[in-house]
Amino acid sequence: MPRIALTSPSVGIRGLFEYRPETGAPLKRLAHILLHGESPLTKGERELIATAVSHGNGCKFCTMSHAAAARVHFGDQHDVVDAVVYRGDASQLSPLMRLLLEIAECVRIGGRSVSSELVAKARQVGATDRHIHDTVLIAAAFCMFNRYVDGLQAITPENTEEYLQMGDRMATLGYDIEVPNAAR
Amino acid sequence: MPHVELTSPLPGITGLLNTFTEPAAPIRDLTQVIMRGENTLSFGERELIASAVCVGNSCEFCSNAHIAAAARYVGSAQQVRELLDDQAGSSSVSSDLKLHHLLSISRSVGQSGKNATPEMFAAARMAGATDQELHDTVLIAALFSLYNRYVDGMATDVPADASYYETLADRLTTAGYVAKGASNGTH
Repeated sequence: MPRIALTSPSVGIRGLFEYRPETGAPLKRLAHILLHGESPLTKGERELIATAVSHGNGCKFCTMSHAAAARVHFGDQHDVVDAVVYRGDASQLSPLMRLLLEIAECVRIGGRSVSSELVAKARQVGATDRHIHDTVLIAAAFCMFNRYVDGLQAITPENTEEYLQMGDRMATLGYDIEVPNAAR
Repeated sequence: MPHVELTSPLPGITGLLNTFTEPAAPIRDLTQVIMRGENTLSFGERELIASAVCVGNSCEFCSNAHIAAAARYVGSAQQVRELLDDQAGSSSVSSDLKLHHLLSISRSVGQSGKNATPEMFAAARMAGATDQELHDTVLIAALFSLYNRYVDGMATDVPADASYYETLADRLTTAGYVAKGASNGTH
């Protein structure tokens, strides 16, 4: 049960956005820029980073919803999401993506664990400044979103069907939108 | 040395926000609303809630900057550090019970959202905290968890000179968290 009396029946972070629209608006814009804006990483790769960080932080709502969005982006290759996030098997990914996920995990644990050596290894397999930056900021941002959702115990549906619908919406429309009818 | 090339030479978060301006805009807007918008929590209380997270995450740049800013509202940097260190709430600096409980929530959320227990929220409510104050405390703690990881994850420069943070505190307590306009803002 949420720690505060929410003002809408919307689930997850949307219930929090709607509780305080003044802070909800920039939070939605940030999510949209990070996950749908311009980047050398595909939308699927960015959703995968977001999902892995959320899973590491134990945030069920963020993990389930972003995994669903990532599966939509990966299409035929959607199994890669479950392999990486739930089975710890990154063998289907490029060496670059594997290293970026390692960087994201270091950011999750604490920013200072991102070593120069790890960044150099990522550069050797093609990482640019933007790959490094976007990975670090997405990981940092999900450490915020996860804490916001779990800290206030946002409503977390048990029904996986709800996450499929959320994932479709997130993958197609992005994040900087109003969602009528209780954000489903 | 930062992990990537920055187009702004400024240390800490500032060089990042000035270089990567697109995500910086909503981050700055959010920070301005939550830290300087109309609120029943004072500027000082909000800076303390932020400082508690930065200290818990051992982010040197953010801790120095926000302790300096908090000190402008509540006294000296030493008083701020004492208040943040007094996790049991036993010392006279923790006489404000509501603030003491909000700092406990903030510290916990800084570690993990799941660490903030129903008992902590109940205790803060008993001491007078409202729903929005609880919401804002959690969001400030979450936002500074982002900042700390962004600043340290990019290995930004950390000035050793204490006067740098005093200049930063001047700016945070007068202009707030909005961009300076030119490419050399201090936050």
